Amino acid sequence: MRAASKRRAALWALSVVLSGVGLSGCQVQPWVKPYEREHLADPIMSFDRNPIASGYLDHVFEVREGARGATGSVGGGCGCN
Amino acid sequence: MIRGRALPLRLLRQLQRRGRWLALVFALVAVGRADVLPEDRSDIMYHRYDGGGLIVQGPSVLIRKKIGDSVSVSYQYYEDFISSASIDVVTQASKYKEHRVQQNFGADYLHNNTLYSFGYISSIEPDYNSKTAFFNVSQSMFGDLTTLNFGYSQGWDVVGKVDKGIVQPFRADANRRNYNVGLSQVLTRNLLLGLNFETDESDGYLHSPYRSVRYVDPTVLRGYSYEPERYPDTRASNAASAQLKYYLPYHAALDGSYRFYSDTWGIVANTVRMDYTEPLFTSWTLDANARYYWQTHANFYSDLFPYFNSQNFLARDRELAQFHSITLGVGADWEFHPAWPHWIEKGTMNLDVQRMFIDYQDFRDVLYTQDPAGTEPLYTLDATVVQFFISFWY
Repeated sequence: MRAASKRRAALWALSVVLSGVGLSGCQVQPWVKPYEREHLADPIMSFDRNPIASGYLDHVFEVREGARGATGSVGGGCGCN
Repeated sequence: MIRGRALPLRLLRQLQRRGRWLALVFALVAVGRADVLPEDRSDIMYHRYDGGGLIVQGPSVLIRKKIGDSVSVSYQYYEDFISSASIDVVTQASKYKEHRVQQNFGADYLHNNTLYSFGYISSIEPDYNSKTAFFNVSQSMFGDLTTLNFGYSQGWDVVGKVDKGIVQPFRADANRRNYNVGLSQVLTRNLLLGLNFETDESDGYLHSPYRSVRYVDPTVLRGYSYEPERYPDTRASNAASAQLKYYLPYHAALDGSYRFYSDTWGIVANTVRMDYTEPLFTSWTLDANARYYWQTHANFYSDLFPYFNSQNFLARDRELAQFHSITLGVGADWEFHPAWPHWIEKGTMNLDVQRMFIDYQDFRDVLYTQDPAGTEPLYTLDATVVQFFISFWY
């Protein structure tokens, strides 16, 4: 009996610990603080530094290749090919 | 413990020394955040594509302006002057000149951490009109480390036909629907991750009213004849991409991306791209990039069909052939601060040059008429793409 209750207590403690870990995971703490984002705010780190140029190059490739999409930009249709 | 206490003090001193940067950091531009509107900016561009007997050039203007604190509007005008003597044109038709105008209208509305974007794109050619409407929602979360966006666009195209400069009484419709989801994630203080997934559906008249396929015809001297191409009426595709951007310690950025694509026509494609950016002196930024692309051919593609009407769908469009291509590019930006007009904060002059090398693996150069049909050399294409543009921030 004593061994069984110890196992139950251990399972309960484990479930409490795991629940705590799980709940703490729901509230994500920013691991890169705002004052640590100096490098990320640099213009050279922009995914799309010159939208007019990247949009044009996407268009150049799209009309010559079978693949399209997943470039992060919206393209219109044309009869270019 | 001592080191643990000393670190914030040292960091604080560094930040105090970098007062200008601190302002920039807390302004929190870029990083793909959804709770800021795009910058007020205008670009004026000249673009030129020259390769394979095709020259496409023209101007483009992009204007973006905030209205109040929560709305930004944009307008883009884009023009193509096309002079074509490509291999398709010289072997199946005659040289032509054409003109295309595209206009984009867009608006962004910011509400708390959510950015709503919508717009309309119109493209007009003598034989092809296209209209596209799009809607996108971006949401910043987890302390602005994550930006998630969903988008939808729908297009309505009208295909026409022009023969010797005269518009023909031909009209066919094609429709496009596009769903996309994207994620921008701050991984470390130097590393960004971008993920994109996109699904496209098209239906209607999806081939060209001009293009033909060739088939073996022993009754003619050259050994082959042409018949019109014929595509399925529907096409669905999926594309997924991942992009990593890393800030190098000597003030430069390295960008690497990969895209996988597949569709119901049997095309599978892979794209790998690397980009390196480095500011130089106080006002220059240099960029170098390389891109590799490879695709398989569509199920119904052939350079030479065995006989007339040999299957229900027929294609000999280079875009649907098997090929791989390498693109190498360099670019330079020069930043300046004009004294007049006073409302312009800064400007940049930008030059970007790309060289494309495409090797087709099952599309043959039929201009080699001395070779028997089906044994001509494989076609290759080299092209130069130039963009020169001036940008203003205000």
